[in-house]
Amino acid sequence: MSVVMKALETYRDDFTFRNSPEAIARFPFPFPEDSYMYSVNLEPATPREPGSVFAHWFDIDEHYVSEMAERARVLERDPDRCLVMPHMAQAAWDTLEMLMEHLAADYPEHFALQREGAQWLWSNRPLGIEQRFTFGDASTLPCEPLEYITRQAQGDFALLDQRDGDLFMDAGMVTCPADWSLKFDAGMSFKQWHAPVPGVAHQLGVFERALKYLVNIQVGHPVRRLNWTMTINPRLDTSSETFHEWGHERGEVTAENVASLVHLRVELQFMPRLPRSNALLFGIRTYLISLEELASNPAWACRLHRVLRDLPDEIADYKGLTRYRQTVVDWLRQFDPQACAA
Amino acid sequence: MSALLEVQVAAVRQLTPVVREFTFAAVNGRLPGFSSGSHVQVVLPLAERTLRNAYSLLGDPRDSGVYRIAVRLQEASRGGSRYLHEQVQVGDRLQIGVPSNLFPLHSLARHHILVAGGIGITPFMAYLAELEAQGASFELHYAYRSGLTDAYTAELQARLGARFHGYDAAAGQRLDCANLLTGKPLGSHLYICGPQRLLDDLRARAAALGWSAGRLHWEAFAAPEPGLPFTAELTRSGQRIAVAGDHSLLEALEAAGVEVPNLCRGGVCGQCATGYLGGEVEHRDHYLDEQQRSHVLMPCVSRGGCSGPLLLDL
Ligand code: HEM
Ligand code: FES
Repeated sequence: MSVVMKALETYRDDFTFRNSPEAIARFPFPFPEDSYMYSVNLEPATPREPGSVFAHWFDIDEHYVSEMAERARVLERDPDRCLVMPHMAQAAWDTLEMLMEHLAADYPEHFALQREGAQWLWSNRPLGIEQRFTFGDASTLPCEPLEYITRQAQGDFALLDQRDGDLFMDAGMVTCPADWSLKFDAGMSFKQWHAPVPGVAHQLGVFERALKYLVNIQVGHPVRRLNWTMTINPRLDTSSETFHEWGHERGEVTAENVASLVHLRVELQFMPRLPRSNALLFGIRTYLISLEELASNPAWACRLHRVLRDLPDEIADYKGLTRYRQTVVDWLRQFDPQACAA
Repeated sequence: MSALLEVQVAAVRQLTPVVREFTFAAVNGRLPGFSSGSHVQVVLPLAERTLRNAYSLLGDPRDSGVYRIAVRLQEASRGGSRYLHEQVQVGDRLQIGVPSNLFPLHSLARHHILVAGGIGITPFMAYLAELEAQGASFELHYAYRSGLTDAYTAELQARLGARFHGYDAAAGQRLDCANLLTGKPLGSHLYICGPQRLLDDLRARAAALGWSAGRLHWEAFAAPEPGLPFTAELTRSGQRIAVAGDHSLLEALEAAGVEVPNLCRGGVCGQCATGYLGGEVEHRDHYLDEQQRSHVLMPCVSRGGCSGPLLLDL
């Protein structure tokens, strides 16, 4: 199925980002039930229906060109959003190989890769890139290999070094995080970077069990999970570093603008083993949808109403929803037949 | 082990009277990359039954065009190594699992001390390629018997120079575990692959010298050893399975069509953990603690007793 890319849209200032009906139809709605609680919601990343966001290892959609332009803007202001510790150089090459191989195989109309030994030719048609380089020799690329390839792939990427039975955030490209920062988490262990998550997740043993599972991920057998939060405006870069630019927008939600201002933000997290470095790749592919767009599917709106209404305060606080949660719940109520009847 | 790769034997070399090296090439497409210290399971279709043995990958991880393994003929084995030595020829096709790594290099080590006994040299062949490519600081200590288990000695000596330390048992040379660990730079990591007593000795010395456990790494594959036959009962389905003396419980379950997740098939990874409700158990794994052993066992290595059926929570 061929992906048709939209003309340039923005994720800041005038916020022209919108989803087409096709993009709405394939949105990864994250709630299997009417309520939400933390769990070890990991599953083998077996490909699902063609056209769905689960069809390929690395999903490319209509926003590709815009999202890559947004990444370039963030990096221009803050080049440190990409970080590769010296011992992660091989993991960076692993990531480049994995992305190029999969993009070229899954989207042949957009990407192509020719390999002759270490001499590679990479073509990226949407971004107008043709690059000859020597695999393993960073001097033959315009920039460091992880930065090079993740400037051409949607979503954030963290590269975890595996040692001492734990994972360490020793490299990454993070320009669209949901209120965290690679600079802050750099070098931390799995438990350390998850420390801010509400106590209930720790009490349920989520992180202990998840880590055991992750360190055993094998080459060729990636796993995935969905995570979610909410964002005001279709803003991709809600990083802790720029909180001063977006934090105050949480106070701007009113009954009139709630449907267009508030967005459900879903992360499709994808975890493959990097074969040569034995590092773990953690892809965070972010999907944004306004409540208005989401309500074009009333079943989703109904379920989201129940989830948000009943969400434990501790979790709502952590996700930064507290100031506008009630306004959202009030608007969504119209889609919940049970609540309307009551 | 879920997906299997189809490979063809591209080359066979007899390295010593008891060590034979095999090179595998992909039948379709490209073999997945691997990291140094990885192993693969090789499916061995013996006449009487199918075995899956784990072998370390020897090659340079930067060049994953082919996979190489080296196999020591084990007299007391269940027939897997004998099959590889006597039956498998260039051009034959075999099935193998995808590489997985339970013995990785530590990325932050300042200095790597590799200690191999005999066929334990195999994971270090990939380590050495990786360490040399990284320009890392390392030394190799290799205990062998010339004319029997001295695979790769000449090549390694020439390649590594002063970083190679050989100990030939045939010449009465012994690896001195006490000396090996003294005066090493802070941030040194020790990797051991060899017989149990070498491992025990080095671990004891390291502990006595105050080395923290995190600086010691070993590959402790306990290949399933033969034992006595026993019976397992699957309490959920009521199915009864007879486990022969030279089958592991995991193999018997698989033969009966019961899939149990597994990775190492050597009692170290924890993947095959299975609950049991009763019966005598001979625990042979390196994973569970005493408390867990009261209700969980590792069917890849551990066995039931002969007093009555082992009741599995399956
Ligand atoms: C190795 C891969 C992973 C990375 C790099 C990662 C990273 C992160 C980061 C940076 C945060 C934000 C923490 C903060 O507030 O500063 C987070 C939150 C969280 N993570 Fe992970 N994570 C990983 C895997 C997992 C897995 C496997 C699970 C669970 C099954 C998990 C569960 C969670 C949960 C529940 C939260 C809170 C999310 C929310 O309420 O919005 N993580 N993770
Ligand atoms: S398969 Fe690894 S412990 Fe049994």
